[in-house]
Amino acid sequence: MSDVNAALREPWSDLRRQREGVTVGIWLFIVSEVLFFGTLFLGYGVYRSLYPEAFRIAGAQTEVFYGSVNLLLLLTSSAAMTIAVDASRQEMRRITIICLALTILLGAGFLLCKGLEYRDDIAKGLLPGAYFPLRPPQTQLFWAFYWVMTSVHAIHLATGLVVVGVLASLLWRHTLPIQTPAIQGVATYWHFVDTVWIIIFPLLYLVGRS
Amino acid sequence: MTSDGFLTAASDYARQVDGTFWLLVTISGLITLLVASLIAGFSLRYRRGSNAWRGAVPERTSRDIEIGWTVATLFLFLFIFWWAASNQLSALNVPAKASEIHVVAKQWMWRVQQPSGAREINEIHAPVNVPIRLVMTSEDVIHDLFLPALRLKQDVLPNRYTYLWFTATRTGVFNLTCAEYCGTNHSVMAGRLVVMTAPDYARWTNAQPEADDLARQGKTLFGALGCSGCHDPASIIHAPDLHGIYGRAVPLSDGRVVTADEAYIRDSILEPAKDIVAGYAPVMPSFRGIVTEEEMVKLIAYVKSLSAPSSPGAASRDDREPTGAQQ
Amino acid sequence: MTDVAIAGVPRPGLPPSAGEGREGASYLSAGHTLLSWLTTTDHKRIAILYAVSITIFFFIGGIAIALLRLELVVPHGLFLTSEAYNRLFSLHGIIMVWFFLVPSIPGTMGNFLLPLMIGARDVAFPRLNLLSWYLYVFAAAFAVYALVSGGVDTGWTFYTPFSTNYATGYVIAAAAGVFVSGFSSIATGVNFIATAHMLRAPGMTWFRLPLFVWAMYTVSMVMVLATPVLAMSLLLIIAERAFGLPIFDSARGGDPILFQHLFWFYSHPAVYIMILPAMGVVSEVIPCFARKTIFGYAFMVYALITIAVIGFMVWGHHMFVAGQSPVANLVFSFLSFIVAVPSAIKVFNWTATLHRGSITFEAPMIYALGFVGLFTIGGLTGLFVASVPIDIHATDTYFVIAHFHFIMVGGTVSAYMAGLHFWWPKVTGRMYSEPWARFAAITTFLGFNATFLPQFVMGWIGMPRRYHYYPDIFQPWHVMSSVGALILAVGYILPLVYFGWSLIFGRRAPANPWNATGLEWQTSSPPPKENFHRIPHVDAEPYAYYESGQTSPADGRPSFQPQGRTA
Repeated sequence: MSDVNAALREPWSDLRRQREGVTVGIWLFIVSEVLFFGTLFLGYGVYRSLYPEAFRIAGAQTEVFYGSVNLLLLLTSSAAMTIAVDASRQEMRRITIICLALTILLGAGFLLCKGLEYRDDIAKGLLPGAYFPLRPPQTQLFWAFYWVMTSVHAIHLATGLVVVGVLASLLWRHTLPIQTPAIQGVATYWHFVDTVWIIIFPLLYLVGRS
Repeated sequence: MTSDGFLTAASDYARQVDGTFWLLVTISGLITLLVASLIAGFSLRYRRGSNAWRGAVPERTSRDIEIGWTVATLFLFLFIFWWAASNQLSALNVPAKASEIHVVAKQWMWRVQQPSGAREINEIHAPVNVPIRLVMTSEDVIHDLFLPALRLKQDVLPNRYTYLWFTATRTGVFNLTCAEYCGTNHSVMAGRLVVMTAPDYARWTNAQPEADDLARQGKTLFGALGCSGCHDPASIIHAPDLHGIYGRAVPLSDGRVVTADEAYIRDSILEPAKDIVAGYAPVMPSFRGIVTEEEMVKLIAYVKSLSAPSSPGAASRDDREPTGAQQ
Repeated sequence: MTDVAIAGVPRPGLPPSAGEGREGASYLSAGHTLLSWLTTTDHKRIAILYAVSITIFFFIGGIAIALLRLELVVPHGLFLTSEAYNRLFSLHGIIMVWFFLVPSIPGTMGNFLLPLMIGARDVAFPRLNLLSWYLYVFAAAFAVYALVSGGVDTGWTFYTPFSTNYATGYVIAAAAGVFVSGFSSIATGVNFIATAHMLRAPGMTWFRLPLFVWAMYTVSMVMVLATPVLAMSLLLIIAERAFGLPIFDSARGGDPILFQHLFWFYSHPAVYIMILPAMGVVSEVIPCFARKTIFGYAFMVYALITIAVIGFMVWGHHMFVAGQSPVANLVFSFLSFIVAVPSAIKVFNWTATLHRGSITFEAPMIYALGFVGLFTIGGLTGLFVASVPIDIHATDTYFVIAHFHFIMVGGTVSAYMAGLHFWWPKVTGRMYSEPWARFAAITTFLGFNATFLPQFVMGWIGMPRRYHYYPDIFQPWHVMSSVGALILAVGYILPLVYFGWSLIFGRRAPANPWNATGLEWQTSSPPPKENFHRIPHVDAEPYAYYESGQTSPADGRPSFQPQGRTA
């Protein structure tokens, strides 16, 4: 049974205040991430409005099956994360840890799926460069954004997996008590990563398919 | 290059810019003097131990002062903006009869083509009192053509045309240089703008080799590259007729309507699949890597000449048949 | 027993060791090993880690420009190849912008003072604070290594297609270093905002905060919102250069101007990241040495906020000749004029603070007054380059170089020096040598003007920037500028000497050597590790200055009333 005060950090004088502080901090971080991804989406939007036909041709080559499976996996993982947070609020340690583990599993599934999809994309030669199979040249713009968007998202997801894993392990070993504000913070980040995929999905998988 | 090559205001526009500059210098000088004297004055008068009166300023006065100088500053700055903006707006209208000079920038030189077809390196010869429009592109990185005596500069971009126009009012030799960092020899990518009287310019033009009409050279290229094979009105292959096309609205296959300007003609030659004319099949091959920038300039000049009322390259009205339905 | 000092009222009668429990116990003595410093979560120690690092990077960037200014005394090269010259100016810009100016005041004074000024024991996330420093110092060291060993000649602006397709050198490494250092900015910003919101002492309402705190708050907003855009811009450059992905490649439909938009969307607010903290410092120093409350506190707060907000809307004024439409040019020009107004208000308010004050000229004050003058000139020349026709001629010349150095060096560095001197006693517990400091302050002011005023002239005549070789007619101006730079260098090296000396031989500082208001002066010099033995309760307005040494009017003379109070 861990002491609530093990969750208390300098310079906070009470846990409730600290929890609010973590919420403020994590949301500010999310805002910065919104601008980070937002810049990417802006670039995509500019080029799509300039070259709609090329984007349609290029977008028809993305693998909707993989994209949709990944969407499902992430949505489910967010559900698991929500349950984890709820359980932690009710101080149900075992369920919290199980749900965190489930989140990790589903997230890892996403990365696996993504890896298979990348393999297929490479086999189709969809790497911008001299041997790109599609015409006109602006189709390479779409695919450049595909590779950048999905890999940046994947890095965020992988980082999230590590963080969730560390959190679960610290809870398991009683290093952190169940009342730690870190759970809420990590959950917010995870939901953000999920939301980014929800935005990426139509941009990459639904263009060129009406 | 003497300082005249930089400092001379070689056009009316340049003189206007200088006027704005000196206005700003005056205003800034006065404000700086004001702030500096206030700081110096207060520092002296209110230094520790002086017996100046130090009573409190009423709060209402303070607030009035603050609002006052905020409003005054805002109005002053808006005035300066308006003054400068009206300079800029009046400079935007390119006169219709501007003589076009083409400039191609590359690391680390300027290649210039006169309308007569004459070519220069790192020099632009121009007649005085004639509106000149520079049509510029780069072969590699972003450069910038800077003409200090005209108080003008414009970035020069790859795969795009940018423009500068001016009417020089003073003859002379003026500095021309690159003003966008472009690599190792950026600082020696310089040259001269030579403004001459009309007779001198005509003499100079005639003395240049290759002083053949750009459009005429373009017509030769048009045939040599095989363009007339499809675009000739009598051709079997169904390709858009280029007579009268320059400056006109062109309906495209995806429903958009674009204007046939230099950029459109250039794209049609280098990337024909980009904008297909409505009613035509996308069968035109790309000439990227086949046509150089100089040749591009000549081809564009030729196509433009097909829209001029009477020009050597224009086919007579009788030759023109409506080829292909134009929606 | 006396309660903890009430904020806002200077207490010169306070014994020097007030606030210290045990004799000599301060944050400096809490752990003497290197490891205790490298694993600290104490915001005060982290501030010192930042101070040491940025000083090192400042001098590296400074040596680069010293070499360049030496090279430029002759028009056709003295001892550098053009390759080397181009790499040196890029190194100078990259280091000075990202590894000195951006972290300077927030990383050092922001870290040290923010918790003290609001009556807190530390920032909201002390471990994140340490991470901030590590991110910064490793990223900067990595980038500097790349710049010094392989070199990059793209300029600090990394314009494509030169940076992606034509530049040789370690572009990716340098861009990656800057990218990672951006996380440090964002983390610091998040920390400061959360701290200001959540950790203010009882009674410390928003409008009782010192202007320095407001400056830290607004600059943190800008850091959090702008830096990610830079991060993505650099990431895209790296992706294009490393993997040949067409993002800005015009041969495949990309647009190099898009990069410029994204880059400047960060880099214009970045200059406000550099100036807002400086304004905060000056707003602390001038009232103290004029013994008078800041004129127009509320307007000063609104001005900070307005500058931060409108600063996001003016980036296109860096692109007037880039190929932007005339309409866009007009809009950005208009907004650039608007953003100048709140800055002007601040200059007037600082000046008005002197009116009916009781002024002395210690080194911090000399630097602060120098700031006001140089920032005024820098800001006024900003009006020049905000006017489109003027900027068409002046952009990419030395005119613009002079303009932004007046703001960043005449402005930010002067304010940094003002703050360094002002808070040196608090941070180190030692007094520095006042005569030497005044000498250095005057030397930098004169040297600075000698360096940069000639640059306005030669820029307007037509001397382009980033030029290794130049036309002969500009030589006299270049020589003037280089001689000025020599004087400026002396002014910057002197503090190393007398500050260093003061650490060993300086007179021990009392808690409040300047009789300044502000909670940081109500604790010992240097402060204890936990900042305050008891968290203060605040019930006074900021800058409640009376005639020196007194807490109430004497000799029947009227006292200075802080605005908002009745007599």
